[in-house]
Amino acid sequence: MAITVARPKLNWRERMYLPAIAAGMAITIKHFKNMILGRTKVTMQYPEEKWDSSMPEHYRGAPALVRDTDGRVRCVACQLCEFICPPRAIKIVAGEIPSTDRFAKVEKYPEEFDIDMVRCIFCGMCEEVCPEQAIFLRKDYAITGFTRDQMVHHKEKLLEIGGVMHGVVLKWNEKK
Amino acid sequence: MDYFLITTSLLKIVGMLFIVILPMVSYSVYAERRVSAFMQDRLGPNRVGPAGLFQPIADIFKLLLKEDFSPRHVNTFYYWLAPCLALVPAIITIAVVPFGSTLLGVPMVIADINVGILYVFAIASLGVYGIVLAGWASNSKYPFLGGVRSSSQMISYELSLGLAVIPVFLLVGNLRLTSVVRYQIEHGWMIAPFIGDWMNLGKWLLAIPMIISFVVFTIAVFAETNRLPFDLPEAEQELAGGYHTEYSSMKFALFFLGEYAAMISGSEVIVTLFLGGWHFPGIPDGSHGWIFGVINIAVFFAKVAALIFVFMWVRWTLPRFRYDQLMRLGWLFFFEIALVNIFLVAIIVAYFRF
Repeated sequence: MAITVARPKLNWRERMYLPAIAAGMAITIKHFKNMILGRTKVTMQYPEEKWDSSMPEHYRGAPALVRDTDGRVRCVACQLCEFICPPRAIKIVAGEIPSTDRFAKVEKYPEEFDIDMVRCIFCGMCEEVCPEQAIFLRKDYAITGFTRDQMVHHKEKLLEIGGVMHGVVLKWNEKK
Repeated sequence: MDYFLITTSLLKIVGMLFIVILPMVSYSVYAERRVSAFMQDRLGPNRVGPAGLFQPIADIFKLLLKEDFSPRHVNTFYYWLAPCLALVPAIITIAVVPFGSTLLGVPMVIADINVGILYVFAIASLGVYGIVLAGWASNSKYPFLGGVRSSSQMISYELSLGLAVIPVFLLVGNLRLTSVVRYQIEHGWMIAPFIGDWMNLGKWLLAIPMIISFVVFTIAVFAETNRLPFDLPEAEQELAGGYHTEYSSMKFALFFLGEYAAMISGSEVIVTLFLGGWHFPGIPDGSHGWIFGVINIAVFFAKVAALIFVFMWVRWTLPRFRYDQLMRLGWLFFFEIALVNIFLVAIIVAYFRF
C-alpha cells in the first residue's frame, strides 16, 4: 500500500529558505570558531596521546606469564589454557623439574610456552581457567610485527610482559 | 620590439602561475580539508609537516606516482584532452585581472585588454568543454550523466552571470577591468561606497542593486565552478563521482585542480568587480613606493582568500540542490532578478546622473 507523506505547508518566509540558510551558515561558522579557539574537544591523537592512563581496570590486553615473588615461573604446564584456548593460540611443551630442585614437588614446568598473537582473540579464557594464577591478560594492546613469526610471543617475551605477581597462591612453598 | 614589455609580461606570467596560482590551488585543497574538518569538529590533515602544511606536496607526489590507467572503452583523444580543457581555461582567465597597482612602474596585470570581462566570460565558458568531453569520452553511464548535467547547468547560469555584471559596466562605462578598479578607487567599492562623496544618497541607493548584483554573480560563480550546493555534475552519491569517474592519477588531479583554479579565478573576478580589487581605503597605490605595490598585491590576494573561505563555508553548510530546483532557481529567479536589477541601476544612474 502506498503511503503518501504529507508535505508540511511552508509559509513565505520558510519558502524563501534564506533564514534557514543563514542559520546553517551561523552554525558552521560557530563550530569553526570554537575549533580555532581550541574550545572543541576532538578525538584523541593516537600516537602522540595514548589512553594508557584512562584504561579501565578490567581491560583485556596481551596475555602474559608471571613469576612469583621467589622468581619461579608460576606456570606448572598443566596445559588447561592450551585446551581451553578457543583459537588454539597457545602451545606448551612441558618439562620435568629435577628432584634436586627447591620446587621439586611442582614436578612440571613449561619448557616452551608460545602464544601466537595473530590467533589470540583476547578472550581471557586462559586467565580464567588457570589453577595457578600464572597467566594474566595485561594492558598491552599495540602488538605488532613484520612477519607471522614475530607475532608469536615466546616464553621470555611473555615473562617480560608479565613481570612479577605478588600473589595469593602459596601452595608450593616448602612449608606446606 | 618593446623588450621591456615582453620581459615584464613573461616575468608576470611565470610569477603569477608558479608562485601564486599553482601553490594557491594546491593549498586551497589543503585549506578546504582543514576548514571542512574544523566545521565538523575534526582536525583534518595534520600529519605531514607542521600542522600538515606539506600535505599538498605529498598529495602531488602521490598522484604523480600513481598508475595512469586508461580504460579500454574510452575515446582516447578526447579522454586525454578533457583534463587539460578543465584546467587551462580556469588559469588563463586570470590574465586580465589586475592583481595589484604597479610595482616599480610596471602595471600588475598580465594583459590589460579593453574587452576584459568579455574575455573572462568567453574563456570561463570554455571550461564546460572539459567536463562535457570528459563525460562523453569516458563512454560510461555516470560520467555521461555528469557531463550532460554540467553543460545545461553552466549554460543556465552563464546567463545570470552575464546579466549580473551589466550594472557594474553601466556605471564604469568601459569593459576594461583596470578601469573598474579605478572607478572603485574614486567612487568607493561597488557594494560599500565609503569613499569620495559618500554622503550622497544616490550612491547608497545604488549600493542596494549592487549588492543584489554581487549576490547573484557570486551564486552564479558557485554554479559555474561546480561547487556545492550546485555540484550536480560530480554528485558522489548519485553519479559515483560524475564526469571524472573513469579518470585516475594525474588526469584526475587535473580535474580537481581545475575546479579549484576556477574557484580562485572566479573569486578574483568577484573581487575586481565588486570588492574594489587591490584597493584598500587609506593605502596608496604603487606609485608612492614599491612597498605599497607589494601591499596592494597582498590586499588583493587577502580578499581572494577571504572569498575562497566563503566558498568553503557555503560548501560545508548547504546541501546539494535537486536538479529541477537548480534549473528553477537559475531560470525563474536569478535570471529575473538580474534582469530587473539592470533596470533599477539604469534608472538610478539616469536620475542621479552618475
